[in-house]
Amino acid sequence: MLTTIIGVLEEGLVYAIMALGVYITYKILDFPDLSVDSTFPMGAAVTAVSIIAGVPPVFTLPLTFLAGAVAGCITGLIHVKLKVRDLLSGIIVMTALYSINLRIAGKANLPIFSQETIFDNAFLEGIIPPSLAPYTVLIILFIIVLVCKILLDLYLKTRSGYLLRAAGDNEVLVTSLAKDKGTVKILGLAIANGFAALAGCIYCQQKGFFEISMGTGTIVIGLANVIIGTQLFRRISFVKATTAVIIGSILYKACVSIALSLGGAIHIGRVTISIPITASDLKLATSVLFLIILVLGGRQGKKVKNHA
Amino acid sequence: MLELSHIDKYYNAGTVNEMCLFQDFNLTIPDHQFVSVVGSNGSGKTSMLNLICGSIPLDSGHIRMNGKDITRLPEHKRLRSIGRVYQNPAMGTCPQMTILENMSLADNKGRAFNLRPGTNRQRIDTYRESLKTLGLGLEDKLDVKVGVLSGGQRQAMALLMSTMTPIEFLILDEHTAALDPKTAETIMILTDKIVKEKNLTTIMVTHNLRYAVEYGNRLIMMHQGNAVIDRADEEKQKIKIDEILAKFNEISIECGN
Repeated sequence: MLTTIIGVLEEGLVYAIMALGVYITYKILDFPDLSVDSTFPMGAAVTAVSIIAGVPPVFTLPLTFLAGAVAGCITGLIHVKLKVRDLLSGIIVMTALYSINLRIAGKANLPIFSQETIFDNAFLEGIIPPSLAPYTVLIILFIIVLVCKILLDLYLKTRSGYLLRAAGDNEVLVTSLAKDKGTVKILGLAIANGFAALAGCIYCQQKGFFEISMGTGTIVIGLANVIIGTQLFRRISFVKATTAVIIGSILYKACVSIALSLGGAIHIGRVTISIPITASDLKLATSVLFLIILVLGGRQGKKVKNHA
Repeated sequence: MLELSHIDKYYNAGTVNEMCLFQDFNLTIPDHQFVSVVGSNGSGKTSMLNLICGSIPLDSGHIRMNGKDITRLPEHKRLRSIGRVYQNPAMGTCPQMTILENMSLADNKGRAFNLRPGTNRQRIDTYRESLKTLGLGLEDKLDVKVGVLSGGQRQAMALLMSTMTPIEFLILDEHTAALDPKTAETIMILTDKIVKEKNLTTIMVTHNLRYAVEYGNRLIMMHQGNAVIDRADEEKQKIKIDEILAKFNEISIECGN
């Protein structure tokens, strides 16, 4: 049981980092950005290759953030400069990155089991007491998520952050402030995909491998996390949206985990009902739960674009 | 000084629905003039404002601002020295952000939007003072989201925000049209006060003939892309609502309504 809870917390926290990015695109900019489906594995690919090449694991964090940011810029440029619709720009980059990711990693599956990672290295072994050893991953993840959250909160309070929020809220005002709204969108997409790639980097180091299809459905998980979090805490003003998104990520992971554990046989009196759910139904559970959340969330899946 | 020279503007050019709005349209607005623009729907009032601000492209002609050709300048660069208030009160503010954050945004116009704090704490008292001049009690609601304010309150804020930083031109696009008569009156008085205080060159499009006659020192009536009435200074002072109404009727008969 404890192992399951730790597992849920760990995965929830990893996806929380990506969800912080989706929060920027979906909630702040109102831009459904599908490129995260490929920037997440891109982060993993860059990490696996770097670690094998001997780059210290800590450096992979800023490195993957940058790589993701570049990909986000491309989505933004396609949308802003070439005037392609938001959804399509994301799809184009998502598809193109699939091949790029294969090129980065060299093959579809790249294990790094025997290598040092941010969760498993000589330095950590020296400072973590044996009694805390089972929680090492959780503690490190918690610290990383906390740092990401605080940095994002601080950024949203800067002038640039104000402008980013204004761009999603009322584009006309950004133009009135003599700023190019396109540039602001590109910046937002860069940060968002930076977070997605960072999450992929951490996922790769935690699981010990890169796998080309690991990003499939990332956007669904991200959106679900953001919507659960913001819907649950929308009336509680002292909980920041970023905190809400992180809690939403853990809750969503718990829901999926519970749904998958329903598989097996249930005995009601003499009747035995067998529910054929197995681990391979993960994506199905992910989607169905997301749908339930969308419907329960008061059909607020799409931010109402009515300003008046 | 704002000069529009030989402006041509067609809508749906090259199709059967081609409609010529402006053909060789010329207009010069000297510094510190307050121009009221009236005219029926489709007469080109808002299109003129959009051409000046760069929201829509023109087909030929030139727009000069203080002698500098801005015809090819993108909208956001032109708005550096222009403040614009729209008919829709929602266009001038960010509903999801607080009053304080909106004021800070407006205050940063013309500066770099970098990683400095979005709100300068030392400026809060200044914001409070200027909100107080509105007489709407907004100075005590700095942490309230603008989305919950009424249309009139938001339009008052939009006006304040668009004129907060040093600008030269103020473009008012039927900015009282969506408000109730009393709020419209308040906003109009406030507009006049700000224009006089800051000595702004102003273009106000309005459907309210009384405002057009009462405020400003030049009145233009647009019809089919031309200025059919254009009176300034003393001549403008003499103009009566009846005269404008008569012209409106004359035009309507011409159009066959």
